[in-house]
Amino acid sequence: MIAFILRRLLQSIAVLLTVGLVAFSLFRYVGDPINSMVGQDTPASEREALRERLGLNDSPPIQFLRFIGNAAQGKFGLSYRTSEPVGRMIVERLPATLELSFCAAVFALFVGVPMGVYTGLYPKHWSSRLMQAVSLIGISLPTFVIGILLILVFAVWLHWLPSFGRGETVMLFGWWPTNFLTVKGLQALILPSITLGLFQLTLLMRLVRSEMLEVMRTDYIKFARARGLTNRAINFGHALKNTLVPVITVTGLQLGALIAFAIVTETVFAWPGVGQLFIQSVQFSDIPVMAAYLMLIGLLFVLINLTVDLLYFVVDPRLRSQGGTARVAGH
Amino acid sequence: MAAASNNQPLLEVRNLRVEFPTRRGTLLAVDDVSFDIAPGEVLGVVGESGAGKSLTGNAIIGLLEPPGRVAGGEIRLEGRRIDNLPYEQMRKIRGARIGAIFQDPLTSLNPLYSVGRQLVETIQTHKPLSAAQARTRAIDLLKEVGIPGAEMRIDHYPHQFSGGMRQRVVIALALCADPRLIVADEPTTALDVSIQAQIIALLKRLCREHGTAVMLVTHDMGVIAETADRVAVMYAGRVAEIGPVRDVVKHARHPYTKGLMGSIPSLGVRTDRLTQIDGAMPRLTEIPSGCAFNPRCTFKGQRCLVERPNLMPAGDTRAACWLHDRGGVGAPILKETVDA
Repeated sequence: MIAFILRRLLQSIAVLLTVGLVAFSLFRYVGDPINSMVGQDTPASEREALRERLGLNDSPPIQFLRFIGNAAQGKFGLSYRTSEPVGRMIVERLPATLELSFCAAVFALFVGVPMGVYTGLYPKHWSSRLMQAVSLIGISLPTFVIGILLILVFAVWLHWLPSFGRGETVMLFGWWPTNFLTVKGLQALILPSITLGLFQLTLLMRLVRSEMLEVMRTDYIKFARARGLTNRAINFGHALKNTLVPVITVTGLQLGALIAFAIVTETVFAWPGVGQLFIQSVQFSDIPVMAAYLMLIGLLFVLINLTVDLLYFVVDPRLRSQGGTARVAGH
Repeated sequence: MAAASNNQPLLEVRNLRVEFPTRRGTLLAVDDVSFDIAPGEVLGVVGESGAGKSLTGNAIIGLLEPPGRVAGGEIRLEGRRIDNLPYEQMRKIRGARIGAIFQDPLTSLNPLYSVGRQLVETIQTHKPLSAAQARTRAIDLLKEVGIPGAEMRIDHYPHQFSGGMRQRVVIALALCADPRLIVADEPTTALDVSIQAQIIALLKRLCREHGTAVMLVTHDMGVIAETADRVAVMYAGRVAEIGPVRDVVKHARHPYTKGLMGSIPSLGVRTDRLTQIDGAMPRLTEIPSGCAFNPRCTFKGQRCLVERPNLMPAGDTRAACWLHDRGGVGAPILKETVDA
């Protein structure tokens, strides 16, 4: 297992280096950074001096190594747009995105999985058919349409919930602004979380449903019934656990997607997260921010996948048995 | 519950009918099947695939897979009717009064839980024991079914056991709550031949020691001859012949039973061709009128084509054949003579 983790870590580093190369090439190929930093009437000698100072005259491999070295320390230079350090800009906005994605994931998991279990156990019940039909809407409607519809109903017509922004936030540990400690903050979270999580919810529901249908047909479920176990033990102990491996895989991938694609939801709800920052940076060709965002998302995906791989070991004992406890033969 | 007298059968199956509603009409998969199992008795049930033997077993443990359903008849356990119990009451009987063993030990155990956990949960479902007591009992059961190093093996997962060892675990699971009856549905079919005999011997020994009755569903006449006290031969959803195993093996009354006996190759007798019954069992949709066996029977008469025979006593056995009283009298049923 240790060998497995080491191998996975090496692969993760390779993936991050590749993402880093893409981010690095943004600097080299999306326009000349000097042009966006200096005025139009800056003399060529000054430009050359700046170029030398920024290390832009070094060979590309050297520049790449320096970029990676800085990125590893969280240094992505200054934003072209605001001249603030990019690292700080992202750190300031990351909590908003993480909290939103977390709520959306919790919503998708805690509603989607039970719905999947239910529709898998009673596939012919009318309520299962209804959920199946409704889930089609969740899968087929684009996120921004769902967001706008929710704003129309719950903010414009009913005035129950705010239509934009984070509401009230409280600083945790002096640097993490959180929504979780105020009523207004929690209210502001509801609509964006539903908007962001709905697609994942329907995806999870459909996945759990089809896995449940398959597991319920297996011999060990029939044998568990023959042993007289309660329905509760069979459905949630034996059946659900056997659906977990694919559910964990998809949840992991989708968690990454939630953070990365919170862009649309953040735009619709004017949510001050990294997604919104990214959109603004694209409009201004703010390459350091874009590169940092790219690296951040790459890092998150790698970390999540690593966690998912480790969770497999927790769930499925068949993967654990290497070395000492290998199958003992004998009849 | 009726007072259980000494000669009362443990299990009574009366006129059991199992049907499957399909789009093209209802299929009668088990048709008017009746038999008893006495306490501690081993009843073998043989027949080809699709003869209805597994369905009969599933009906007894109340686990017919929908859309299959019990359409008629009664099943009584210790005098108490069990075929019409609500799911929750039947659940308490399953595992506690009637244990079950299925065909494939490789797939009968949940791969994600240790065998100990599966044993303990079964024990605690049916017996008021603490976790520690249940674990002690689980270790005892594993020892009883012959798993070496039970104290250590209890924490292992199913994939760490071989097929034969897994079937031993399955037997331990079936015995968790000391059931009175075990329905064993082809318990050895999926195993190596060398393991089959061990598993059958183990099952036989345990049931004798615990006084547990067994309904042993198989298509292996050899296993029946070795293990069973009585045997029921099923054909196309009906019982063709039922009686003490010695009589059925030596003096089969029903031409189908004779064919089955004749098709067991015996050592020491060299034959160029293996004996077999010509033809195949009819599909449930195409059961002929009269005796269901008549298309394959070499003795059929006019009556066999129009009138369906019920079980009729013939010596110590009962056979559903119009020739039941002449069946045993050495008439050559097949091309080769049956040597019993």
